[in-house]
Amino acid sequence: MEAYLDNSATTKVSENAARLVYDIMTGDYGNPSSMHKKGFDAEKHIRNARETFAGILKCTEREIFFTSGGTESDNMAIIGAAMAAKRRGKHIITTKIEHPAVLESFEYLAGQGFEATYLPVNGAGQLEPETLKAAMREDTVLVSVMYVNNEIGSLQPIAELGRMIKEAGRDIVFHVDAVQAFGKYRICPYKENIDLLSVSSHKIHGPKGVGALFVKDKTRILPVSFGGGQQKGLRPGTENVPGIAGMALAAREIYEDLDAKTERMYGLKDYFTEEILKLDGTVVNGLTGRQSAPHVVSVSFDGITKSEVLLHALEGRGIYVSSGSACSSNKPALSETLKAIGVKRELLGSTLRFSFSDYTTMEELEYTLGALKELLPVLRKYKPK
Amino acid sequence: MYKAFLIKYGEIGTKGNNRYLFEDALCRQIRRAMKKIGGQFTVSKEQGRIYVDSEGEFGYDEAVAALRTVFGILWICPMMQIDDNGFDDLAENTVRYVREVYKGEPKTFKVRARRARKNYPLDSMQINMSMGERLLEACPELKVDVHKPDFELNIEIRNKINIYSEFIPGPGGMPVGTNGKATLLLSGGIDSPVAGYMIAKRGVIIDAVYFHAPPYTSERAKQKVVDLAKLVSVYSGPIRLHVVNFTDIQMYIYDQCPHDELTIIMRRYMMRIAEHFAKAEESLGLITGESIGQVASQTMHSLAVTNEVCTLPVMRPLIGFDKQEIIDISEKIGTFETSILPFEDCCTIFVAKHPVTKPNLKAIKRSELKLRERIDEMVKTAIDTAEDIWID
Repeated sequence: MEAYLDNSATTKVSENAARLVYDIMTGDYGNPSSMHKKGFDAEKHIRNARETFAGILKCTEREIFFTSGGTESDNMAIIGAAMAAKRRGKHIITTKIEHPAVLESFEYLAGQGFEATYLPVNGAGQLEPETLKAAMREDTVLVSVMYVNNEIGSLQPIAELGRMIKEAGRDIVFHVDAVQAFGKYRICPYKENIDLLSVSSHKIHGPKGVGALFVKDKTRILPVSFGGGQQKGLRPGTENVPGIAGMALAAREIYEDLDAKTERMYGLKDYFTEEILKLDGTVVNGLTGRQSAPHVVSVSFDGITKSEVLLHALEGRGIYVSSGSACSSNKPALSETLKAIGVKRELLGSTLRFSFSDYTTMEELEYTLGALKELLPVLRKYKPK
Repeated sequence: MYKAFLIKYGEIGTKGNNRYLFEDALCRQIRRAMKKIGGQFTVSKEQGRIYVDSEGEFGYDEAVAALRTVFGILWICPMMQIDDNGFDDLAENTVRYVREVYKGEPKTFKVRARRARKNYPLDSMQINMSMGERLLEACPELKVDVHKPDFELNIEIRNKINIYSEFIPGPGGMPVGTNGKATLLLSGGIDSPVAGYMIAKRGVIIDAVYFHAPPYTSERAKQKVVDLAKLVSVYSGPIRLHVVNFTDIQMYIYDQCPHDELTIIMRRYMMRIAEHFAKAEESLGLITGESIGQVASQTMHSLAVTNEVCTLPVMRPLIGFDKQEIIDISEKIGTFETSILPFEDCCTIFVAKHPVTKPNLKAIKRSELKLRERIDEMVKTAIDTAEDIWID
């Protein structure tokens, strides 16, 4: 049996989306900028996709831009908005537990003369609104906070933060990295005072290499790439038509009956959390139940000095998980997020992330728990140095 | 400008009646190397020299790089090759050659002509003198020095005429396939690929054994070893890599034996298993990357205890090398970058805090007795379930 519990790293592509991608690649392969019918047919797919996203995010179509993925959306939003505002002020704020796509953009801006503030989170992995309030200044131009953390699934009080930011200054741009939240929550940027919102396709059963950025009307943002003027010159380059259409179809599918799906995922998560806590020497990091995302469970295993060994042992049984976050697990460095929420030092290297999707089944979880029950005592006995 | 290469080989020349075997092996290895790059090449052996000719266009740098991976080659001489259209034409082409190669720099030279085709109207001495004259006229920056010239301009009159003066060093050694086969204990580290390279350089075909220990070592760690074997195979030719699952044996030793002896006992079982594959594949020896004193399992005492289980000769080409010397070679042959990728190595997983550095053979044998119940069966399983990967 196989259990794929690494859905925060990436997901299996929906069969319908895959088929659509194929059909467009071999059929409607025109350039959407071409004047002829072949081009127009391709353009229609982009229009439909824009309509889809506008519908889901309850915004207008002209506020949707397509990118090459979550990383580009984050880069474009943060660097583009900061550069557009640099004469007004050079103070930018984010949290310590953001994805590297955000943190590295901030580092880049810091090198360009901006002053970056990295806010700490509380033990539940959440940014306290008061912390943000205290950090905002006259010259603050941008705040970037992720909707759901990719390593522990902690949920940020986005609506509250949004309201507070706009009270502090109408001109402060609020960027939200919603890569882990899109497809799990109904996100409404207008209600939550979000100016820029990043979304990725491959976390919602869409193809890799495509994403979207919501840019609220009148938000001042400069392009970070230059070319043939597509997408109002903000994100030029021939659009990835099959990818964009595939992503839109995946988004439509995931938002169909979303509440029932989320409900089912919370059921899976509660079961998994409860059962895993019954095993000896396990700690679930961050908040459980409805207080955090439905699809991420971060578990530290006491006595497992290297979580990679447990990861590979599970892999041997066809079970796929991450150590920490997949994006940072190629580096030996310990997770900043886990440190930030105060995970005990000796457990930092003993943590695995189990992440679910709409496709995850109860059988997969039972199978995984069974395997853990067998493997943990063996691995605790044969400890690598 | 270059159309062909003259290959000069070193030690092969001294091999008496077996000489043709060495030359044929060298031609085979050159053909193999040239096949990997584009272009049509013919490799021919003629009167104690080997020529690599090209039918059409080819990438010069790429061709030289390929030739520099062939053991047995001492020098690679890129040649200009022209048809015989009389001495004036030859002189014109020679001037063109010299201008292109030396770009007007002041140099001393001498001309060295040879005639394989004796019906050429001028004899070698006459060619030397006339050509020297023509060159001095055409290139005033040049001077003749017959004793210690900056370059020796070779002119060989054969069916075609070859002009060359550059000598690019080859890797030396002897052509692979002239010295039997040996089995390399290949890990993901820096040393063992270098050890394999050095033995292959002496003409030996390489087989390899890798011990992996899932879940303690990952698929990527295994891929790294496959990648390293591939890099060594650029020089050594194809390698058969046996991937042995060592986890159960390792854990059994961990359970039964004192922990400070774990590594040394493990190494003894690795040698035993490697020797099994060596004998099955008609290898004549084992190769390791050991160097005296590098780690606890490589002290003189440890080496002696490890060696004791082998009946085949164990070759340790790096035995007297310092780490930096080994690193220098690994950088030169291109394995360093891959070797230092951060993946687990099965030798270091369960290593004790203070492993024995002066193991006593009797004590180790006594400890191994504690394994007698299951170890033979486990070794057999490890051998039977080994995965073979053909690397070319």
